[in-house]
Amino acid sequence: MDSIKSWLARSGMGSVLILALIIVVVFPLTMDLFRLNLVGKYLTYAFVAVGLVMLWGYGGVLSLGQGVFFGLGGYMMAMFMKLEASDPETTKIQSTPGIPDFMDWNQITELPLWWEPFRHLPLALLAVLLVPTVLAFIISFAMFRRRVGGVYFAIITQAVCLILTVLIVGQQGYTGGVNGITDLKTILGWDTRTDEAKYILYFLNAGLLIAAILLCRWIQLSKLGTLLLAMRDKEDRVRFSGYDVSMFKVFAFCLAAMLSAIGGAMFVLQVGFMSPSLVGIVPSIEMVIFAAVGGRMSLVGAVYGALLVNFGKTYFSESFPDLWLFLMAALFIGVVLAFPNGLAGLYESHVKPRLGKRKDKPASGANSTPSSDVPPAIPLHSGASHGGKPLARTALPDGVQGTSA
Amino acid sequence: MSLTDIMNITLMQGFAGLSLFSVLLLMGLGLAIIFGQMGVINMAHGEFMTIGAYTIYMFSSLTETFLPGFASMYFPFAIAAAFCIAFAFGWFIEWALIRHLYKRPLDTLLATWGLSLAMQQTFRSTFGAREVSPTLPDWLLGSWAPAEGLDIPINGLFVLALTALVTGGVLLALYRSRWGLRVRATVANRPMANATGINTSRTDRLTFAIGCGIAGIAGAAFTTIGSTGPTSGSLYIVDAFLVVTFGGAGSLLGTVASAFGIAQTQSIAEFFMTGSMAKVLTLMMIVTILMLRPQGLFASKIRR
Repeated sequence: MDSIKSWLARSGMGSVLILALIIVVVFPLTMDLFRLNLVGKYLTYAFVAVGLVMLWGYGGVLSLGQGVFFGLGGYMMAMFMKLEASDPETTKIQSTPGIPDFMDWNQITELPLWWEPFRHLPLALLAVLLVPTVLAFIISFAMFRRRVGGVYFAIITQAVCLILTVLIVGQQGYTGGVNGITDLKTILGWDTRTDEAKYILYFLNAGLLIAAILLCRWIQLSKLGTLLLAMRDKEDRVRFSGYDVSMFKVFAFCLAAMLSAIGGAMFVLQVGFMSPSLVGIVPSIEMVIFAAVGGRMSLVGAVYGALLVNFGKTYFSESFPDLWLFLMAALFIGVVLAFPNGLAGLYESHVKPRLGKRKDKPASGANSTPSSDVPPAIPLHSGASHGGKPLARTALPDGVQGTSA
Repeated sequence: MSLTDIMNITLMQGFAGLSLFSVLLLMGLGLAIIFGQMGVINMAHGEFMTIGAYTIYMFSSLTETFLPGFASMYFPFAIAAAFCIAFAFGWFIEWALIRHLYKRPLDTLLATWGLSLAMQQTFRSTFGAREVSPTLPDWLLGSWAPAEGLDIPINGLFVLALTALVTGGVLLALYRSRWGLRVRATVANRPMANATGINTSRTDRLTFAIGCGIAGIAGAAFTTIGSTGPTSGSLYIVDAFLVVTFGGAGSLLGTVASAFGIAQTQSIAEFFMTGSMAKVLTLMMIVTILMLRPQGLFASKIRR
């Protein structure tokens, strides 16, 4: 029992387990299908936030263009489903049957060549994973090779965002324009809109998210994670030690892009449409705030951040639409000025010391810890602490932290 | 089509490019000071422009109600007011927000983005979600026809002249005034500037405020071209950053050159294809060039 506990604490797995429990057990049991579908949608944003933790928190590279990859992943999936939804039988009232309806409206009489691969599911899934990653590689390789970083990288990614949005909106005949790609119904004949399908997709999404977090956690605990951290803090020292700094950054960017693309594809599967409003500059920056609210160093925190901000957005924009933007503004400014480490940082500095104190008392007796006591006894974010003992609370300077899950 | 027609079309097309150039340059100038010189990423820059635009709108409605006889004269005063209001607000924002974040540029980006959201909502609550435009004085309307078949809009000429004035003023101030000397010293070497007795934090605040004031003038100028809504500013922000980055941060002449290059590329491309494709092409060219030459057109010789 103790060895399990110490392993949990050392690897930060306890927090992942609790998150998995909440997403997979608590939410489906307590929510109706509509709310659960909403949570599923928010969890697709969590993919982006998790990628940003790796890229921004660990790699020290802020990208304001994650919407590009989220959108590309989503559009690839949507293109496949749209082609399936517009077979010649259902679209026979069009002047050209067998092509998506928005192409027909724009007087296009033939399916463009680059749409052809999306007739096949394996090719489409491969494109979801590879196209955003390759694009990320091209962008980041050119930039990081020339040691462009920080602010300039953020501005360039923002420009890429703008390019893609203008392109999608401008090329209405090929992309569906402002409306995006809508009316997506089936995958290989399987209806994604039934209740059963919604549950299955939710659990698939949750499983993929947990897998993504585990993968990232594994990277963090490996030597690669240590190098990323070292690079963020003292890039030149890592370079002088003989490491190729730029390729590590490229790796982090590609990883974040691929995760975002998976999130985008899952978004389309669960929500049933894709539009340029999810690609642009505004959603891309909002995705950064998910990671910032959760704590830019915490993978699990990023998921909570995405859930919390989106719940807040849904609630406030329905009830107090005027207040929402002010609240969002306060969130941005507050998270930067007062809580640079987000929720995870608050947990580390306020909740964990108390838990540690309370835990010490029963633990000093015989092994009298009942199972109900286990979840709070496991430190949620504790990569740096050993054996579950609380860290000495040293005030860390802004933006400098140790490892934590 | 006769030769003079072709001449006229070329001239008017060239003037459209010049018009876009002056718009881009006005947007970029304030940012060239804030971002280029100080290194602060002010995502709320567009909203400071909107402040300027709404100031003009307020002046226009006030003169209409209280001083109808003054209607042809209010514009220059309104521009001065736009500068002052944006300047004052910039001063306040630097004190309240920016000065805590100089060491964390990426966090400045997020905080100022939050600021821009709050400002947009404030505009929406104050002036309504609809786009407004001020009543322009008569002398700004119409067009100037120096020859048969050649029409050059006066508001475009006005913006061009204002841009030239502001650019000249900024160049003079930066390279010929005590303030400019202090700014350049602070940018080049902050500890050393401090050691020579320059109050760098005061210089920072003044510089930021002047950058915001210029954004206010830019916003004021845009009211002669288009209408103003709560989110108008956010449309310009990426372009403004690209102008400054493309020209080479820290180089004011670079900003001028890049605004000219981008504007001409876009307006020439617009002649051959749709507006959105021209925009995509221009942006792609900028991004590609920045990938190959990240320091921009005119690299500054400052060690960072």
